Amino acid sequence: MNNSVKSLLAVLFGLIAGALLMALTGHNPVEGYKYLIQGGLKNPERIGNTLATATPLILTGLSVAFAFRTGLFNIGAAGQMLFGGFCATAVGLSLDLPRALLLLVMVLVGFIGGALWAVVPGFLKAKYNVHEVVSTIMMNWTAYWTVYYVIPGYFKGASLETESRQLPPEAMLHQQWLSDMFQGSYVNLGLFIAVIAVLVVAFLINKTTLGYELKAVGFNRHASEYAGIAVKRSIVLSMFISGGLAGLAGVAQYTGNASSMQIGILPSQGFDGIAVALLGINAPIGVLVSALFFGILYSGRGFMSAMTEIPPEIADSIIAIIIYFAATSILIERLYRKLKLRRAANKKQGE
Amino acid sequence: MDYVVEMVGIRKEFPGIVANDDITIQLKKGEIHALLGENGAGKSTLMSILFGMYQPDRGVIKVNGKDVRISNPNVANKLGIGMVHQHFKLVEPFTVTENIILGSETRKYYFGLDVRSAAKRVEELSKRYGLNVDPYAKIEDISVGMQQRVEILKMLYRDAEVLIFDEPTAVLTPQEIQDLQGIMKNLVNEGKSIILITHKLKEIKAVADRCTVIRRGKTIGTVEVADTSREAMAEMMVGRSVSFKVDKQDSRPGKTVLEIQSLTVKNSKKVEALKGFSLDLHAGEIVGIAGVDGNGQTELVEAITGLRQAESGTVSLNGKALNGLSVRQRNESGIGHIPEDRQKRGLVLDYTIEENLILEVYNRPPYSKNGLLQPAAIRKHAEHIIQSFDVRSGTGGRSIVRSMSGGNQQKAIIGREVERDPDLLIAVQPTRGLDVGSIEYIHRRLIEQRDKGKAVLLVSLELDEVLNLSDRIAVINNGELVGIVKTSETNERELGLMMAGYQKEEAPHE
Repeated sequence: MNNSVKSLLAVLFGLIAGALLMALTGHNPVEGYKYLIQGGLKNPERIGNTLATATPLILTGLSVAFAFRTGLFNIGAAGQMLFGGFCATAVGLSLDLPRALLLLVMVLVGFIGGALWAVVPGFLKAKYNVHEVVSTIMMNWTAYWTVYYVIPGYFKGASLETESRQLPPEAMLHQQWLSDMFQGSYVNLGLFIAVIAVLVVAFLINKTTLGYELKAVGFNRHASEYAGIAVKRSIVLSMFISGGLAGLAGVAQYTGNASSMQIGILPSQGFDGIAVALLGINAPIGVLVSALFFGILYSGRGFMSAMTEIPPEIADSIIAIIIYFAATSILIERLYRKLKLRRAANKKQGE
Repeated sequence: MDYVVEMVGIRKEFPGIVANDDITIQLKKGEIHALLGENGAGKSTLMSILFGMYQPDRGVIKVNGKDVRISNPNVANKLGIGMVHQHFKLVEPFTVTENIILGSETRKYYFGLDVRSAAKRVEELSKRYGLNVDPYAKIEDISVGMQQRVEILKMLYRDAEVLIFDEPTAVLTPQEIQDLQGIMKNLVNEGKSIILITHKLKEIKAVADRCTVIRRGKTIGTVEVADTSREAMAEMMVGRSVSFKVDKQDSRPGKTVLEIQSLTVKNSKKVEALKGFSLDLHAGEIVGIAGVDGNGQTELVEAITGLRQAESGTVSLNGKALNGLSVRQRNESGIGHIPEDRQKRGLVLDYTIEENLILEVYNRPPYSKNGLLQPAAIRKHAEHIIQSFDVRSGTGGRSIVRSMSGGNQQKAIIGREVERDPDLLIAVQPTRGLDVGSIEYIHRRLIEQRDKGKAVLLVSLELDEVLNLSDRIAVINNGELVGIVKTSETNERELGLMMAGYQKEEAPHE
């Protein structure tokens, strides 16, 4: 069975389960889904907001998927995103450059910030065989507390202790014509960064010798060693790229969707990235589509709960159930095979 | 007739493939009955059915003349059928006795574990069948051959009357194979019955009474082993005549290609696994390394190919020292390597054949330009190797290697290495686990390389293979070179003694 079919089935089952949940709690599922989808796509502004919500998810999903394709389980996208976003914000608040140049520097610094945060676990894995799941999680908290300390210390906001200063308009990804096009939505240049990243990663993975090397190391370290590939360098490089992508998510989130950084929050998009990658079968285009789908659910749930009595948590439950189905797609496959066998047997008996 | 086990007209179908098609096998009491067939012929499926892991679609199983339905392995155990698996299922830190009683522990006072009385019984059984196993030894401390005996004891402890041996000699040394054959004969003399699954004809000749041959899921026939020649059985198995003697002319050694001088290498446990090893290898000859598994062969090969750092000594290729060069640099300077473990080292199983065939050359033109892969050139390269090395797969070059049979995987590796046209070809266990047809083919290819003036280093645990292919044989024991002999001037017995560490009477000179 095709992998993308499996993902679509997971979504379908998730939606059915969500409908059951709504029905069980005494609500009308048809109405619920109507408002959920309207909330995400009703008018240009809502569509724009959905795209903006999806932007960091595309990038964190891409980060996790890239690592996964090269045999690494990067669950530290949250920390890399936070640190990348922090670096970009710090540059935006400190440097005074022409806008185009400033934004370019911020994107670059955001990428490098996230990348450095992931290189540490990458290096530990390559050199000392420390498992990246452990070290990336620890790096999440290192980022969390670093931001917690540095923001109030050096970039404190005007009124609140727990927030950075507002970024000046030149240092934000916000673009007026884009907002106008979507009738006042907060969609911003981050979306383009995300789409470009999807294309670049797809190209890198499928068409280049570097992608060939990194994937080979991910699939089989011993065979790569045998082939003369520098395995340790590849691991570090994979983590560098993966972390950089998560860093870009931070740029999109903190200098595009938001205009300042709060302390004490580990961005949930980091972990949602794992779900996005899983549903997107670790393929760049798949990640794009699944992130957009998550964007609709996230931005539509508020509207749903405003228009009906259905609690917004139902949307979260639907997402959770979809993840379960995506993660257990092997069960779906087994069911499918059993049905097919039975049908074949029935046919034979019919003859 | 009194058959202990009868499987009549067994059919088993898997999606897309008929694994067993009307197979019949009848096991007499007190005989060793060989089940012979190539890889993928349906041997394992048939035995899994007997052992209750699969249910047959059609057919009857009788044990001691009674129809039975074996729905799971526990039922098989109760019926007195035991299986010695190819890959042992033992708990390493446990003692022999603890492993044997696992799942049917002897108790005292309800909760207390009674190891002592169990150990006594294990010892009795061990003595009776000549197994010579220490019931209190830990599994991790005993040899592979001993571990296999523990597996046998496990079955005897559970009063198995019928023992199934699944490729039992794949992991054993020549000496251990002989011992095992002795044990099998003891078992039969004591009234047990044995089914021996194998594709090695020599072993069948040595121990089996009768032999049932299957090919592509069908029974070809059952023969009396004593009245049937090896060639005849091989023909039944493969479906065409097979030659065992490899045809080759005398070698015409040329200049020195590989020069190893007092090479010392440590293994992963930081123990010296290779000690002061020296060897010269010339163009146009095959030198075989004979030795029991784990005597430094792996370290030797890894030190030559650069996968492992040498402690001291030098390796030179065509007169240039390789010390300090990376794996890639060594590859490029003319080393081809058919690795011991094709799935771990030789292939990226989740890549397609096309991708695997450029594993060492992906970064060079014409397969890539400016860091971009060139699919057209890669495809052409793959098609060429697939054609000339007869690599068979479902969907040609785009097949995922994982889905291919072991023989075809190996042919792909050999094709890849030979096509790179290396001066030195290192072939480690090139035919392990392959069927007769593939072995014959691979042997011809290796000799072809030699005749083209390449140097071939053959490392194999199969003494027959070493004797058949090599022009000279270097015997290794405990990491040291015992001696180098000319193949035409030695025999299996002498090599066996040297492999055990006895020096050749007259010191070998060249």
